[in-house]
Amino acid sequence: MLDIFNRKQKKKYVTLPVHADDLSSLTVPAVKRCPRCGERTQQEDLNQNLKVCPRCEYHYPLSAGERVWMITDENSFEEFDAELAAADPLGFPGYAEKAAQAREETGLNEAVVTGRATINGYPVVLAVMDNRFMMGSMGSVVGEKVVRALERAGEERLPVIMLTASGGARMQEGMISLMQMAKTSAAVERFSRQGLLYIVVLTHPTTGGVTASFATLGDIILTEPGTMIGFAGPRVIEQTIGQKVPTGFQQAEFFLEHGMIDRIVHRREMKELLGKLVALHSTGG
Amino acid sequence: MDDIRFLDFEKDYLELKTKLDELKDMAVSKNIDMEDEIRGLEARVADFKAEKYQGLTAWQKYQMARHPDRPTTLDYIQALFEDFIELHGDRCFGDDPAVVGGLAWLEEMPVTIIGHQKGKDTKQNLERNFGCPSPEGFRKACRLMKQAEKFGRPLITFVDTQGAYPGVEAEERGQGWAIAQNLLLMSSLQVPTVSVIIGEGGSGGALALGVADRVLMLSYSVYAVISPQGCASILYRDARRANEVAEHLKMTAPELKALGLIDEVISEPLEGAHRDQESTYREVKARLLFNLRELKNQDVGELVEQRYERLRKIGIFNE
Ligand SMILES: [Zn+2]
Repeated sequence: MLDIFNRKQKKKYVTLPVHADDLSSLTVPAVKRCPRCGERTQQEDLNQNLKVCPRCEYHYPLSAGERVWMITDENSFEEFDAELAAADPLGFPGYAEKAAQAREETGLNEAVVTGRATINGYPVVLAVMDNRFMMGSMGSVVGEKVVRALERAGEERLPVIMLTASGGARMQEGMISLMQMAKTSAAVERFSRQGLLYIVVLTHPTTGGVTASFATLGDIILTEPGTMIGFAGPRVIEQTIGQKVPTGFQQAEFFLEHGMIDRIVHRREMKELLGKLVALHSTGG
Repeated sequence: MDDIRFLDFEKDYLELKTKLDELKDMAVSKNIDMEDEIRGLEARVADFKAEKYQGLTAWQKYQMARHPDRPTTLDYIQALFEDFIELHGDRCFGDDPAVVGGLAWLEEMPVTIIGHQKGKDTKQNLERNFGCPSPEGFRKACRLMKQAEKFGRPLITFVDTQGAYPGVEAEERGQGWAIAQNLLLMSSLQVPTVSVIIGEGGSGGALALGVADRVLMLSYSVYAVISPQGCASILYRDARRANEVAEHLKMTAPELKALGLIDEVISEPLEGAHRDQESTYREVKARLLFNLRELKNQDVGELVEQRYERLRKIGIFNE
């Protein structure tokens, strides 16, 4: 069974159950109402459908654990650096408490889970962010885990699959968090120079400092339908310059149209496509 | 003194200084000997000034860093370099006036210079978009960095922006993508690089010109992941608590030096760079020359290696 599902079994957090009978432990309501079309779906049916609304194809948000489960071969995931946890380097008011609360609520130690897995039999290094952990913000731990994952993949000559979800830099770590943008970008440069494959999957929502660093440096950039992507979010734009943002602004479809991403991929097809892309890069390089 | 713009917290100092001037005028016009009074007041003014400016809070420094009279990139270019030739455009879409770049001599060295450019009044600020770059600005910088690398010219950047421009068009042309490309490039650029934070270092838009072998910072400059107002709005839903939040963010030059995130603090005149620009220029030029000459003596491969190692180590966490 997957390490990340196992690690905090006692916690009641929302993940895709690995077995159907785990459903009883879920604390979510039995019926989910689609935020886009209003369709009501039984939680069980929604899970069967990879948490995609059967009526309008709205992709519900997923935890890091669910995403790992969705795109890797069963039982192939082996986590790296799970013990890394946020310090409070600036003694910022409320930070230690907030981080502890996020650990408690998500069962995760930080906003990114990294490790090794196989996709259709091909070994890859995986990094998956989880927006529930302090909005997926990037502080020292996220920066360090992302860099270590890239370094390990470099040593073992494996491709990296990066699934992002972030509200930006973690302001409670001040400039140390901003510098993680430079640190992770530098690590992508080193990794790429070795001729190795770096695929990014932007998941909902990916904004701020993560968008302006490792999230947009992929050889191939994929995303799910309806994903919100951007540097400055709509609220910041409206508040700062008083500009009203158009409908559909900063969604995946908007960025595909503007040439910023390679493909929008339905959740159901993500694993297969990732497998094909990895296979295409498996013969040399 | 009429055209000098004082900040709120400088008012009492200004009043005291005005009193001194009046006293001196009176002594001259009435032809009375007031030497003792004048000397006494002069000493008080000097003490007051030292106490006031040496004890500036982070919030007060933030205001100094954003002072409308503070020297900008083009002021430094004019004062420190010779034969500056500005180069325009990103070769893709346009030319962003919020970023200036070009070639010049710094003493014996041909260099590439790139910097954020704020305006000094409303008209200039509208032209320069308040120094907030669009993707075109970052892409122009990227182009000029690659050009510097091709010709083996050292790169000097001046950082002074409240941040990347948050607008619909900037987003649609890939603001995040443009910044990320610069971070990647600057981390590995095969020439010596020095960055000077001359005013306001605002978040990703500042960092996109700020990755270098040496990062120097004027003593009243600030550099932060988020503006104190923005941070206060998120934390307390009250932007008025920005002065308090400014302390928590550790955004001042000495604090960032202590955290090891910058290399040098360049002392500026007590009343700020804008009150004695000549001495500021001399000091910045001296530190640029010192650092660049040192970097030029090193093997460029080693430089890039050291630059990476330095970035690699940034981060404090529990393991
Ligand atoms: Zn729906």
